Amino acid sequence: MASTQVTPTRMELTKTKKKLTTAVKGHKLLKDKRDELMRQFLDLVRENMELRQKVEAGIRSANKNFVIAKAGMDEATLNTALMAPKQEVSLEVGEKNVMSVNIPVFTTKTRTADANDIYSYGFAFTSSDLDGAVKSLADILPDMLKLAETEKACQLMAAEIEKTRRRVNALEHVIIPEAQKNIKYITMKLDENERSSQIRLMKVKDMMLEEAHHYSERA
Amino acid sequence: MYKIAVLGDYDSIYGFAALGLDTFSVTAREEAGEKLHQLVNDGYGIIYITEAMAAELEHEIAKYQNQVIPAIIQIPGISGNTGAGVNSVKKSVEQAVGSDILFSN
Repeated sequence: MASTQVTPTRMELTKTKKKLTTAVKGHKLLKDKRDELMRQFLDLVRENMELRQKVEAGIRSANKNFVIAKAGMDEATLNTALMAPKQEVSLEVGEKNVMSVNIPVFTTKTRTADANDIYSYGFAFTSSDLDGAVKSLADILPDMLKLAETEKACQLMAAEIEKTRRRVNALEHVIIPEAQKNIKYITMKLDENERSSQIRLMKVKDMMLEEAHHYSERA
Repeated sequence: MYKIAVLGDYDSIYGFAALGLDTFSVTAREEAGEKLHQLVNDGYGIIYITEAMAAELEHEIAKYQNQVIPAIIQIPGISGNTGAGVNSVKKSVEQAVGSDILFSN
């Protein structure tokens, strides 16, 4: 392990102690961040699932309507009817910051003032089923936009949570224990050094006394 | 100013044209991948893609997963719902929590 490479000096000890306090503080902060992100994510993801089921059901029924509409008229007429759309949707993207995760906020603008202005064809040559089909799809559009917003937010938050979780785990299980181990190792080593130098001094004193006065303390 | 695109086979997406979304019908896999990149570069903020097409372009879509723009959202096509959209939601739960604790049943 890394502890074998640690030089047991006072300077290293101070440095490691500082590192430990930072790691502990960071661990606490990141843990709080993870918990809060998780709370918001779970709310959001539930909403996401609800919206998705609603949208999928809506599109399924709209598709059914379109098939019926298509059956009631020839393909050329249908293609012409939908060829030149009257309506145009443009999107404005804002950003919202949730716990340092940037999530998009979509607002849409339709070209014509009336959002229901969706029939791009005259009613003379198309079947009425087509009107219903287009309407059913138009009804689901706001939910589709909401779905895009929440689903993207969920994806981004999931990635951020994963990242934060890894950091928390790395701090908790690797960095902090290692720092604690290093501190212990350095203190022990320093104590050991101190003891050994003390003994050396005592020994030297003995030898000097013996040489000067032919006097032995041990005798 | 961003736009909204719908990508998939013609039968699944032609209705969206009436709503003012830009539809791009593609069939071949390579063509679809190219189109997707082109749409992203052309400033489309939301790209709806049919589940069948998304299954083929998994790799390309993953590239944009961690960007704020574009949002690539799967929608069921005319041939029915494959459940891929719901699975993608489940996958993000799995990524965040570690296991699917919400929708596993």
